[in-house]
Amino acid sequence: MIGAYFILAFVLSLSLFLIRDRRASYLFVWSFIILQWVFTIYVYHHKNETSLDYFTMDALGTIFLVVLSIVCVPAFYHSYVLFNKERNIPRERGIYYAAMIILIASLSAAYLSNHIGVTWIFVELTTLSASALIYHRRNTRTLEATWKYIFVCSISITLVFIGILFLSIAIQQEGLKDLSYKALIANAPILNVFWLKLAFLFIFTGFTAKAGVVPMYTAGIDAKDKAPSPAGALLASVLMNVGFLGIFRFYEVISNTSILRWANNILTMAGLLSIFVAAVYILRVKNLKRMLAYSGVEHMGIVIIGLSSGGIGYYAAILHLILHSFAKPALFFQVNQVYRIYKSKSIYDIGNYFAYNTTGALVLLVAFFIVTAMPPSGLFISEFLIFRSVFEAGHLWLLIPILLLLTLIIWSQGKNFLKILFLKPVGFKEENLEKISPVESISQFILLALVIYLGLNPPPEMVSLINESVRNLPH
Amino acid sequence: MTNILLITFIISLIYIAVANRLYTYIVILSFQGFVLFGVAFIELTEISLINLIFILFETIVFKAIVIPAFLNYVIKKNNITREAEPFVSNFISVVVVTAIIIASFLLSNSIHDEQLKSIFFVVALSALFTGLYVIVTRRKIITHVMGFLVIENGVFVLSLAVGNEMPMIVNTGIMLDIFVSVLVLGIFINRIGDVLKEHDAEQLQQLKD
Repeated sequence: MIGAYFILAFVLSLSLFLIRDRRASYLFVWSFIILQWVFTIYVYHHKNETSLDYFTMDALGTIFLVVLSIVCVPAFYHSYVLFNKERNIPRERGIYYAAMIILIASLSAAYLSNHIGVTWIFVELTTLSASALIYHRRNTRTLEATWKYIFVCSISITLVFIGILFLSIAIQQEGLKDLSYKALIANAPILNVFWLKLAFLFIFTGFTAKAGVVPMYTAGIDAKDKAPSPAGALLASVLMNVGFLGIFRFYEVISNTSILRWANNILTMAGLLSIFVAAVYILRVKNLKRMLAYSGVEHMGIVIIGLSSGGIGYYAAILHLILHSFAKPALFFQVNQVYRIYKSKSIYDIGNYFAYNTTGALVLLVAFFIVTAMPPSGLFISEFLIFRSVFEAGHLWLLIPILLLLTLIIWSQGKNFLKILFLKPVGFKEENLEKISPVESISQFILLALVIYLGLNPPPEMVSLINESVRNLPH
Repeated sequence: MTNILLITFIISLIYIAVANRLYTYIVILSFQGFVLFGVAFIELTEISLINLIFILFETIVFKAIVIPAFLNYVIKKNNITREAEPFVSNFISVVVVTAIIIASFLLSNSIHDEQLKSIFFVVALSALFTGLYVIVTRRKIITHVMGFLVIENGVFVLSLAVGNEMPMIVNTGIMLDIFVSVLVLGIFINRIGDVLKEHDAEQLQQLKD
């Protein structure tokens, strides 16, 4: 089934690239959505089976795959809206949809792979397809963003490869060869500590480029800003999940060794610095999309802190990721409507949004509460659990600065969002405004409702999947 | 023999630190390709013939001939000025790169590992950090790419250290090499050449907060 999925996705992507007819291309996109959902349901019902040697449908992969399949449907819908409203050149449209399909397929593969080398290959593929999406508008600024993204991601992916090489040195010393996660977890306690430490440093640093954590978070910010909003939504949610997944799988390996404490310290530092960086930039950022991108850095920092604190933090970290992957795309889809009305993303030029697009303004208002993790947002639950785990781990010195920084972030986000919604912009002419249909906001409401529902009333299937995916970690 | 080749490789890193002209960089990269060919030929005796041919093809054709020729073509086509224009003086660069190499030596001496040939480790780490140093201290976009190619050469040396046991690792590394080089060089330098008149990284500073 996995093989068929890859071949079909590749064929669909290739036909989108080659056949530029409008109807045909939407037929291909529809067939891909159906394919993606058939595949997801198949994976859900074949838990823990291995296919093609390198892909195992384990709990964590399944969770992220379901999230991806849910998010990709509105992403395709908003891409359709985008091409209806903006210039619609068949060649650009073909490349855009083809790249999006390759991105989604390689993300699915990276989620399910059970071998560190295979994960690495598919993460590399996501860089390629994501850069085609970022370059979609073909001007100097998207060129700059794409160049930075490709360059930073290439260096990071090289760092991950160096980490894998160090790991294989450690493996070889014990006369082993197998680099699958299962074998690594089983053999981790006997491996040389020095090589494991080096491997962890390099693999962690490398995957932070995708995960959006200090130190390599920079490229992702420009990318999410410059990519068209539906693509930006994917980059800000499901693509960050794959970076986290890379870190998490290797964390599982070292969690059974003596270097766990050392690794936790590094994760804690990276998480705290991410929240700090996000707070500093959100305070001064004037571009709405970049503010959302930095908010992603903040949430990933919280997730990494949850991972390093242990206990209930493992569960909460994954719950937080799931909810964040629904909340952030809703905002990105909405920003596209804001841009269509004001022709600007700068907070100076935007204001009094309620007067021009009531439904969209409601989405922004609700999304503001959701994304800053105020109740009834599900993110509140997961953040609360993460803070509890930090407290239980005895890291009060860590909890206080995090809470202070979060207060700053909520304050400045509130300032910006409320200005957008209620204050009149300076020098804005109310002529020829585009009327935006409320239908375009339905998907955002559904995503935001999902965040509330999954947080307050998590379905038992999801809880058991999350618990199963963290069962290898020490309790 | 391997040691001589690898030491030559390290010396070429110091040469990169003082090089002023872009052509010197290209010549050094090509030279490193030949050195890697020699190392791979001597070291990888136990792997299958097809793998060996693949690796040799990678080093001698791709690293030593195709990429330098392509860089040359890009420089000519886009009329890039021939100076590397570093931010820091060459003297400081030599000192820094020497310090990097000494630090790698000290680090590798601190591991007492009989199986690993520590010289591979030294060369790989030095190349990695020299490449990063070149990226940070040079002004042109194309020198950033060259710094990245130096890093890739270092990664290749490291993968040779485990190559006899795990040929798959070496092959994956080669895939990375070809894939990224084609992506970064092929598509992008051409585009950037068409869009931006000057090839300074300073032109790429529009996106900020």
